[in-house]
Amino acid sequence: MDEIDPERLQRALDARAERELHLHLETTTGTYSAMGPDRVPACIAFARNVRVRYLRGAVRGTGPYRVGLKTDGGWVYGDGLTHATETDDGALLMAGYDERGRLRMAFQLSERPFREGAA
Amino acid sequence: MSAAAASDGTRRARETGPEAVAGDAAKLPSPNVHGPVARRHLLVVLPHPDDESFAAGGTIAMHADAGVPVTYLCGTHGDMGRNMGTPFFAHRESLRDVREAELRAACRILGCAPRLMGLRDKTVEFEDPDVLAARIAGEIRSAGADLVITFHPGRAVHPDHDAMGEATVRAVRSLSEAERPTVWTVAVGDREALDAELGPPDVVVDVRAFGARKLDALRAHASQTTALFARMEEEGDDAEALRAQMERAGTVEAFRTWAA
Repeated sequence: MDEIDPERLQRALDARAERELHLHLETTTGTYSAMGPDRVPACIAFARNVRVRYLRGAVRGTGPYRVGLKTDGGWVYGDGLTHATETDDGALLMAGYDERGRLRMAFQLSERPFREGAA
Repeated sequence: MSAAAASDGTRRARETGPEAVAGDAAKLPSPNVHGPVARRHLLVVLPHPDDESFAAGGTIAMHADAGVPVTYLCGTHGDMGRNMGTPFFAHRESLRDVREAELRAACRILGCAPRLMGLRDKTVEFEDPDVLAARIAGEIRSAGADLVITFHPGRAVHPDHDAMGEATVRAVRSLSEAERPTVWTVAVGDREALDAELGPPDVVVDVRAFGARKLDALRAHASQTTALFARMEEEGDDAEALRAQMERAGTVEAFRTWAA
């Protein structure tokens, strides 16, 4: 993954507007968070392969970045994004990593469903 | 991912991770040291790539070296972990293949055959427990396993660990007496609290001869353990505690026999 170039990311978001996509949206503290020195309770959520179609998508901020997708009747939002890449099969993967390279957020869009199951 | 891999602080390093499941041979009143005696097949049933090395790497290698076939039935690909390597080299979608490759390398080192169930990491507790148990029972039968190692249901910290342990003891319960393997469970957490609640482990395996291989297998899970091994090289109490913990992990592995 590369550090986010906001102009390039904006073009990638524009290219996917008004298309039927699969969304993977996730934030994570790590399951063992509550056992850490600060005893922060785990706070983890993910939604995978949710169908989404957005009218308008935009990247904002100076890094870490925010991305908002305005859908027909709602929003998808993420703050804390540091890296992005487009995969060979056309998925746009955005992610936020902490200073130790651990994932804090994943915000991903793909026309094909993201991989799931034993295969 | 293991508690040890996630551990940052001294407190955690003392209370959780391999030392918590390993016990301390010197402190046990009468170490009940088990060798790989006359086993047909050892089936290890845990949810994540790297659980096998942390929880039972020495015991797996010991049995494999004695000619006992060992299979690691791994519930998930660890595909929802947040550790992506240090410095990171994986992302959410590539982590699955990264961890599968790491698992295959670790299993080669330990001498066991990996079998992946393909469940999604973090979701094991939401699956139908009867369906999971039936799959595991099928694996026990087809392997002809007479010894199963799994997490101690309800005493393994991570929800996937608890759910995998629960499904496994449910699977064993469903088998006829003739088919039913011995089950050794791995509890995770504060050792004294676990001993007080569950009684001390009745199975203590001396894994000193396999400690180096266990560490090599852990290192093979590079996306999850590079940071852990780097912290061991640091100065200070945290690193000291971590080194002590890893030394114990290479000395004994302790289990409790589950009364089916």
